[in-house]
Amino acid sequence: MRLFRIHNSKFRIKNMSQLFSKKNKEVLFTPLGLNNPVTVQVLGICSALAVTAQLEPAIVMGLSVTVITAFANVVISLLRNTIPNRIRIIVQLVVVAALVTIVSEILKAFAYDVSVQLSVYVGLIITNCILMGRLEAFAMQNGPWESCLDGIGNGLGYAKILIIVAFFRELLGSGSLFGIRIIPEVAYEAGYLNNGLMLMPPMALIIVACIIWYQRAKNPELQESSN
Amino acid sequence: MIDNNSEFIIQNLELIKMKALRNYLDKIKPNFEEGGKLHALRSVFDGFETFLFVPNTTARKGVNIHDAIDSKRIMSFVVIALVPALLFGMYNVGYQHYTAAGLMDSASFIEVFGYGFLAVLPKILVSYIVGLGIEFIIAQLKNEEIQEGFLVSGMLIPMIVPVNCPLWILAVATAFAVIFAKEVFGGTGMNVFNVALIARAFLFFAYPTQMSGDTVWVATESIFGLGQDLPDGFTAATALGHAATVGVPEFSMDMVWGFIPGSIGETSVIAIALGAFLLLWSGVASWKTMLSVFVGGSVVALLFNTFGAENNYMAMMPWYQHLVLGGFCFGAVFMATDPVTSARTETGKFIFGFLVGAMAVIIRVLNPGYPEGMMLAILLMNVFAPLIDYYVVQSNINRRVKRLNTNK
Repeated sequence: MRLFRIHNSKFRIKNMSQLFSKKNKEVLFTPLGLNNPVTVQVLGICSALAVTAQLEPAIVMGLSVTVITAFANVVISLLRNTIPNRIRIIVQLVVVAALVTIVSEILKAFAYDVSVQLSVYVGLIITNCILMGRLEAFAMQNGPWESCLDGIGNGLGYAKILIIVAFFRELLGSGSLFGIRIIPEVAYEAGYLNNGLMLMPPMALIIVACIIWYQRAKNPELQESSN
Repeated sequence: MIDNNSEFIIQNLELIKMKALRNYLDKIKPNFEEGGKLHALRSVFDGFETFLFVPNTTARKGVNIHDAIDSKRIMSFVVIALVPALLFGMYNVGYQHYTAAGLMDSASFIEVFGYGFLAVLPKILVSYIVGLGIEFIIAQLKNEEIQEGFLVSGMLIPMIVPVNCPLWILAVATAFAVIFAKEVFGGTGMNVFNVALIARAFLFFAYPTQMSGDTVWVATESIFGLGQDLPDGFTAATALGHAATVGVPEFSMDMVWGFIPGSIGETSVIAIALGAFLLLWSGVASWKTMLSVFVGGSVVALLFNTFGAENNYMAMMPWYQHLVLGGFCFGAVFMATDPVTSARTETGKFIFGFLVGAMAVIIRVLNPGYPEGMMLAILLMNVFAPLIDYYVVQSNINRRVKRLNTNK
């Protein structure tokens, strides 16, 4: 009976325009900007510090989280009416753990180098607050399609910040992007030096802080009133 | 009689000069006020006016003690106290260079000092221009008065770096420290960390090759024909670097006078002591903090001497040598006593100072990667200063509550 209802809700969507209604677009795009999981909700900071010393692992990490959040959101959204409320966290964890394992295995099979660079942080996606946050806050109350969009949006919002941070850290810390030397040899001969602090996590935190600073300065609605 | 007269005339002349300056400032003032054509530079004008003359404004709210000392005057005292160490630092830069070049015997005092002066001056200029520039811009943007805190930081920054520190990284570090250690916390008086030390910590972690090791402490190039280029492979370690890797150097009076390689302003205990006397005499710095830093350092060094540590030369360094080497004195006198970032309660000052000294020696001994522990020790205790104050105040409250209850 319940299964039938879920199927029913899936087929309720009649035409394409409804798939990307105004509300759905909002669900997809606000996490990239005004409701960014990292800079506004301040979630997932830990991995943003850990994997952003270089661009490549940061992008892979961002995409992995996007895929996992999207699928986990869909699965939990489909199950949302059957999960007993008291054990919902465990069910969510099982789903996330399964997805994380799949992604981790895929990375090991097809992108071994990056998976070695990311080391434990792929496995630790399971502890990423963004995931559980979206499952609890969104997927438990919304249909699978909206949840999917929400997962993609939040994953990309996270990936966006990771990429910005990694861009500056790799450029200023190692003088390269994607492992390719960007800053010319001439600069080094003239006395330019890579900034070693950029390779350490504290600087990632400061870059995230700068992004938050910029974003809040641009969007007064994000600022709390001063009293 | 004639003497008295001429003195009187000189005084009068001084007064006339002061008056002329005052009149000039009053004359150009309208330009900087609302609607004036130089309104954009209002904060700059205000900054100079209050630097030259005690401001005429008074507080309108609350109970205040009337005193001629304001923070600009306090900062000026600290800068004056830094002058002996700075001048000696300049001389020592020249001395180290000429000694390394083997020319010390034939060089005149002017040459040696001139070399050091020319080597250090660009650093001071860069530090002040970058730091004050940022302060002026921010004051203008936020429509506030220019804050005077950078007067001291700007002098401290060049004094705690090695002489070979490139100017551009000094500029980057100064900008970083002013923005992230000071302005984001709300400007002068609101910073959690000592600004100059944040600049040094930034340099230390970002550009370790320029801040530690054995090639950065002696200037190796000739400047305007003074001195001569040293060979590429020239090395000279600081006494602490030496102690961490090779063995404790023999104690000598040079370490007290300051004729050893080290950061520009930190080497001479005597010059720093002159500054310390001025700070203590004028009451700008607290003797409690200063004394307890030395006590803390000595106690921990003595403990290490007694119990030792295997294969650790630094643990065997006598306590008095710990106190005179590296940045210990400089940090104790000019940084640990910073009224903003150290503990403010009187008991708290003892605890704060003791822990700074103790941590400095612990870091020196137990972490061979950081032969200079003073910077990290002060920054660490900056974080704990509010906590120390909180517990001092709380324990005072508890004691008085207890007394109240027993007397009831």
